[in-house]
This record gives sequence, C-alpha cells and structure tokens, in this order.
Amino acid sequence: MELTLWTYEGPPHIGAMRIATSMKKLHYVLHAPQGDTYADLLFTMIERRGSRPPVTYTTFQARDLGGDTAELVKGHIKEAVDRFKPETLLVGESCTAELIQDQPGSLAKGMGFDIPIVSLELPAYSKKENWGGSETFYQIVRTLLKDHSNESKDTWQEEKRRPRVNLLGPTLLGFRCRDDVLEIQKLLGQYGIDVNVVAPLGASPADIMRIPNADVNVCLYPEIAESTCIWLERNLNIPFTKTVPLGVGATQDFLKELHEVLEMEIPQSVNESNNSKLTWYSNSVDSNYLTGKRVFIFGDGTHALAAARIANEELGFKVVGLGTYSREMARKVRPAAKALGLEALITNDYLEVEDAIKETSPELVLGTQMERHSAKRLGIPCAVISTPMHVQDVPARYSPQMGWEGANVIFDDWVHPLMMGLEEHLIGMFKHDFEFVDGHQSHLGHLGGKGTENINQGVKTTISNDSTNTSSDPIWTHEGERELSKIPFFVRGKVRRNTENYARQAGCREINEETLYDAKAHYKA
Amino acid sequence: MSGATLLKESGPKEVFCGLTSIVWLHRRMPDAFFLVVGSRTCAHLIQSAAGVMIFAEPRFGTAILEERDLAGLADAHDELNRVVKNLLARRPEIKTLFLVGSCPSEVIKIDLSRVAENLNIELKGQVTVLNYSGSGIETTFTQGEDGALKALIPLMPKSDQKKLLLVGTLANAVEDRLISIFNRLGIDKVESFPPRQSTELPSIGPETKVLLTQPYLTDTARELKNKGAEIIDAPFPLGVTGSTLWIQAAANSFGIDKSKVDSILNPLISRAKEALAPHVEKLSGKKLFLLPESQLEIPLARFLSNECGMEIVEIGTPYLNRDLMKAEIDLLPPDCRIVEGQHVEKQLDRVRDSSPDLVVCGMGLANPLEAEGISTKWSIEMVFSPIHGIDQASDLAELFSRPLRRHDILNPTKTLTSN
Repeated sequence: MELTLWTYEGPPHIGAMRIATSMKKLHYVLHAPQGDTYADLLFTMIERRGSRPPVTYTTFQARDLGGDTAELVKGHIKEAVDRFKPETLLVGESCTAELIQDQPGSLAKGMGFDIPIVSLELPAYSKKENWGGSETFYQIVRTLLKDHSNESKDTWQEEKRRPRVNLLGPTLLGFRCRDDVLEIQKLLGQYGIDVNVVAPLGASPADIMRIPNADVNVCLYPEIAESTCIWLERNLNIPFTKTVPLGVGATQDFLKELHEVLEMEIPQSVNESNNSKLTWYSNSVDSNYLTGKRVFIFGDGTHALAAARIANEELGFKVVGLGTYSREMARKVRPAAKALGLEALITNDYLEVEDAIKETSPELVLGTQMERHSAKRLGIPCAVISTPMHVQDVPARYSPQMGWEGANVIFDDWVHPLMMGLEEHLIGMFKHDFEFVDGHQSHLGHLGGKGTENINQGVKTTISNDSTNTSSDPIWTHEGERELSKIPFFVRGKVRRNTENYARQAGCREINEETLYDAKAHYKA
Repeated sequence: MSGATLLKESGPKEVFCGLTSIVWLHRRMPDAFFLVVGSRTCAHLIQSAAGVMIFAEPRFGTAILEERDLAGLADAHDELNRVVKNLLARRPEIKTLFLVGSCPSEVIKIDLSRVAENLNIELKGQVTVLNYSGSGIETTFTQGEDGALKALIPLMPKSDQKKLLLVGTLANAVEDRLISIFNRLGIDKVESFPPRQSTELPSIGPETKVLLTQPYLTDTARELKNKGAEIIDAPFPLGVTGSTLWIQAAANSFGIDKSKVDSILNPLISRAKEALAPHVEKLSGKKLFLLPESQLEIPLARFLSNECGMEIVEIGTPYLNRDLMKAEIDLLPPDCRIVEGQHVEKQLDRVRDSSPDLVVCGMGLANPLEAEGISTKWSIEMVFSPIHGIDQASDLAELFSRPLRRHDILNPTKTLTSN
C-alpha cells in the first residue's frame, strides 16, 4: 500500500482510453463501476474535445455483484456494437472489474461479432497509464496485423517512388502531440519523405492495416510506441528510428538517422544553423546571461531526456537535477543523468521532487504542472515540458515541441520565465525607487524575488530553534545582511549558505561585508 | 403527489462516485483528513475532480492498493495501519481521520470499521478514526457526504436542549446568514452538521429539530431520527420560494408567530424577487434538461420552472428518495418527467431530440454538448457555490442565465430558439 496525495500517471486503463479516443472507428467497452466515468472529463475538459470518448462503461453496481455480471457485460458489449458500429472493438476492465474476473475480452470473443476484438489485460495494481497506452497500442497493431505476410517487399528505390514513413506514438493527452505531428510532417515533406500513417492519433483500424506499406517507422514517443515499433521490426521487417526530434541537435540526428535507414544521402541543409532560430538566439549576446543557469529537469522520460540535452548543449545551462516519474524510462534516464554527473531521480512522489528542487536550488525548473506549482511556492521560474496534461498544455496556437519550430517554441517557453527572473532581480534592485514603492506585483506572486531566501531563512530558523548550542552559528551583522541583499535573489540563498559554511570553517563568529567577499573568493578558488 | 411522472432507467451511467464529495468535505472540516483506501484510479479521480485544490496542502489522499495487498487481507489491514501511522506522524494537526472505502476495497472486503476500531484503541483519542464508503458500486457523488455524516453521528453527544440543527454542508457565508435569520425569528440555538471543526460536533436528542439543507442526506436523516431528532418536512432552501417555505417550516415547528415570520421575511422576499427579475427575463420560456448527478436536480428544476419560468424537459436524478423529496415534487409543475437512474446514451438521444436551451450535466458531458450547440451548466458547481437561501436566489439564477447570456454575446445574430 502506498500513500499517494497526487499522482503523475493515471491507472493503465486511462492509457488505453487515450489510445481509443485518439483513434477513429474504434470502440472501447470498459468493465468498470460508474465512478470511473470521470475519465471522460480528461478528454472533454483538459483536451477540450467536442466529442465524448468512444467508451462504454458497464457501470456495474454492488447489487449486480451477487448476480451474473458476465451477462451484464455482454449486454453492454452488444449494445455498444449495435449503436456505434466500430470497425474494431477493444474490451478491457478497470481496477475493480479486474478483481471480479469476468474476463470481458473472452466474453466478447465468444459473441460472434465479425469485427476484430482486442482483449486488453492491463494489471491495474502494478502498472500505470503510459504502460497501459503502450500495451493497448501494441495489442491493437498486433491483432490487426498478425496475419500480415512478412515476405520482403520492394524498396522505395525499386518501386521508384518517394520513401514513406509512419509516425507512431502521438496520442491525446500527450504533450503537444497534435502540433508535433504537423511539424514532423512538414519537416519530412521538405526532405521528400512522405507520411504513410500517423497512429494512434487520428488513425482508424483500416489505417493500422496500412502500416506495412511504409519503409520505416518513426517512433515519436517511445513511452507509447516503442514496443509496437519493436514488434513491427521483428515481425514485418520495418526498421524504426530511435532518435526523438526534440531540440536542434536531436532533430539533426533524427534526420541523419532516418536518411541512413532509408539509404538516402544526407543533405547538407540538415546541418545548417539557421533551420531553427534557437541556434542564433542562443548565440546572440543577449543570451550571455543564460550561461551556466542552474536548471532542474523532471518529467516523462522522453521530454526529460530531451530537455537535458537541449539545456546542456544548446542553451548552455547547467543541469543540476534530472529525473522522471516513468519507471519504464528509468533505464534510459539513469545513464543520461550520470553523463551529467548526477544521479537520476526516479519517483512518483511529487514531494520528493519538491525536496530535490529545494536541495539543488536551481534558477529554472523544467517540469510538469506539479513542478510548476512547487516552483511557484519556492519562488523559482518554471516552464512545463511534460505531461500530465493540464488545460494550459493544450494551447489554441500552434505550439509544437519537435523539429525546428519546436526548438523555437522551446527557446521562448524556457527563456521567457528567466527573462522575467532577471526582471524580478531588477525590480528588487530598484525597489526603493518611487516607481516601485506601491508594491510592484510580481508574476511569481507574493514570493517573487524572495523565494529562495525564504526557504533558507526557514531552514535557518529551524536550526537555531532546535539547537541549544547556537554559539557555533555565525551571526550576520547589519552590514553583512545589507551586502547579501544586493545579491540577486535567485542565488542569494546559496550565497547565504555558502558564506555560513565558510564562516564556520574559518571560525568566524560574525559575518560582515568582508566575510561575504572572503567566502566568495574561497568558493571560486 | 402532483402529476409528476416518475420513471426508472438503467444502463450505462455517467456520474461521479461518492469519493468526489471529499472535494468539498475537506474544505468544510479543515481539521479532518480523508484517506481513500483504493486504487490508482481513485487517486486519479479525486485529483481530476479537485483540479487546482490538489496543489495546496491536500487534506485528502489515497492508500493505493498494490498487488501484494490483494493477496492477503490480514496483510492489507497491517499495511493500512502502517500507512495511517505514517500519515499521522507527518500531519499531527489532523483531528479526525476518515477511512473512505472504494470499489476495490469493498470488493476485496477490507474491513475498514475493524481497522478504524483498532486504530482508535491504539491512538487513545489523539485522533478519531472513522470509516464510510464512497465507492461507486454503492454511492453516487453527493451520497459520499451522506456516508461521511452518518459516520459522525455516533460521536454526537446527547442533549435535551431545544435547538435547530441545520444538516448538510453549506458555504460558510451562507450558513452565517441563515443562522442570523433564524436568530432574528427568535430561534436562538442553531447549530450545523457537519460542523466547521470535526471535533466540535453538535449534540442531539429528542428536542433537536433537524432542517436538511441538502437533499441527498437519506441515511443521515434516518440515523438522526433514530437518535430521537425530529426531521422537519420542507422543500429545500433553493430559490425564494423554497428558502421561504424552508424557513417557515422551521419557524412553525418552533411555534413562532406567523406575523413575526412574515415581517422578517417579506422584505427579504421582495428584495430577492427584484434581484431575480433580470435573470427571469433571460430564463423565461427556455427549455431545461437536467442530467442526473447531484440529487439537487429536483429542487433546482422546481426553482427554475416556478420562479424563473423555465420549461422542464426532463429531470434526471441518480437516486430518488420519495419521502425527503415529497415536498419538492408537490411543488413541481404537472406532467414533469422525473427519471431515476440513467442510460446515458438513450438520455443523450432524448436531449438531442428535445433541443433544450440549457442542460445541467457532469463535467465529462458538457463540452460535447456545447460542441453540438447546446448550452450547459456543470452540476458540480451547485455543490461549491453559495446558492442556498432567499438572498442567494439571484446568484443561483445567475449560474443558469450566464451560459445563455454568453451564448447570445458570442452568437449575436443567432438567438437561441426553443423549438
């Protein structure tokens, strides 16, 4: 039993719903009690969808449990097939139905429908949402293509046509998937590569049947599509790309990888520096202040990994924390963190993430909506880079993360909160000027410009309260405090801590202006 | 009863389960913590329904069952014990802990009452541990509050004092206002249940007269009656009429002179009617369809038809307690169709066929209906907004007139028609 106040991922059947709702002409009968229907609002409110998910919940009740719940399930399946006339039927159960073991998938298969039936077994007490999405997509593809002949087909060169790829992995409630698909389609078009099928987003079962017509699969979101891509490679000899085109470098690598797999010559334009404005913006003098900015990264595996690379290589930040809530992706995130000299944080506990943020005192947090709230509490700027989805993550405007335009969006999304960070500092510096005396409202709320300091003051108070022997703690003189207040707020906490450590080591009882400079020199040395 | 047609329907439903009540109960009693014993689905449900509330220090959480908890019940009880102790160590300010049963905990028959009993012995009054079920196989949405209140009743002290007890969660401001009106009428001792602090439970006895503020408290009302309290028959305090009749019923029961009641209420009534007028203008003649969710549907329909002139197509309710709802049903216009239970597909077919101007529905259904050009109002707003009492009648009406007003602003050429 695990105490959970908030969770990054829903149960696995939510992942299945994401696949079902992303697709067309498919219906999902979910053996589940009535409360589970809340899941509809994820799609109709967060994603702002104008149609209901194609899901029929059996909504069984306690009084049904004494009787024949199997008959109840069959009744709902029949009604759903009659009403919605799907081309393929998904049948599964949520956590409660898993306990009563009606095996709705087998029931459905015994009902004599002439459509493919995909029976989903998603262990609700050990797996989570992304795993459920991945498994569902895999089962759909496998069910629909298992009888497809895998005899080798002609290459695009032999058929004298343009190469074709499938884009696999985008779903509803995935981070900016809608726009990423458009961006990658556009990008591939520029290199003479056609898109054969996009799935699950927008695909019908008939589209899934067309997957084998492609030369290569592009695995856009490994969380959802990797197991499917592996199966398609093993069984239908369709290779797939491993690089996710998030960031300028990764987009270049992706294009190179794809060209190599397709046996195409890599065009020079792939390496040009003006494909994305990120490269120049990052090189421009204005961005000098970004150098070495301490950034803490947490999210799903794909986006956290990409963020670490972009932050480190393309923006010149210093990554001080890297982690993911996705256990399935831990294998990839651990070495990436190690390469940055860090230990990956793999956890589903947002409080643990918040503690890690406090501990590393970053100047920017790249995280989920939960880290946005944690960062707000701590007075640290934050940009959201990953699911779980929030209504803010479905912007009205075109806002991809992938490809060249995605890199532009990322530059803006990450740097703007920092520009504001600089602005906060300036406001702090000029706070005694008459323009600001009326309490300039910070966009970070009341903590703006003071957050980091507050945390450390909190820590300090605790120390002095619970320790009877405070004599070893150096005391800040008025001059010392005044000098400290001139230091930008986002490093002030760190400076305070370092100076106190230094003072203790050096045996100083008091911290004055000079102690600050002594400590500064000591730590730079 | 009037000529209302009472129908029952079954099929796939689209309603929240009782766990959702935690979203307002934890705000009502800030010294209580609600620990759902359930699955990741339960945790996800509450965080999805609670939205931003989760980002504050939440006073609710889920003990998520894992594979090994399903293997042996004894172990599950031990595990829960461990989780509770960890929680209490982290949150020493908690005075009352509700263990809330869920679908999976009910199905595998975790005995939460036994766990609560053992914990109460161990914790020696430091924290009171209670249990109730918010499971979706037994309860819908607001019934969770019914369960939580019922669990508190055995702790209520006995008293022979004559008093009025308002039962059901109200917004604090509304509660203060209603109490001050009762005080003015001469009812001095007015208490509320649930209280604002879980440890300050009102006492109860044969001289307690209970006035229900919410229509979904079937079990609570029965238990209070078993404790000797008298349940005052009245419609619910929504709208001018409902609130007036509700206050009058209490006044009658306390033997207060009718002329005194009138002299105090009449100015409030005429003021409220004035405030209501612009909304009546907007709502009058418009067709309303209420889908089942909160059990507030019947009182809402009664207010919107009788006082705002709306035409009721259908009133869906997840559960119909004919005794508690009798006064309400009597006030409904003749031939009103009340449907208990749901077949969501068939009901949505009826919605489309009747092309209503406004549909009251759950959060999952609202945007799909909006996308079809049908204005909607979330039913969950009714349990969060201060809507009770004479003074609030225009605010209540505003909740319904706003979507129509908005529709007109955004579609100036195409006004809503009622055909």
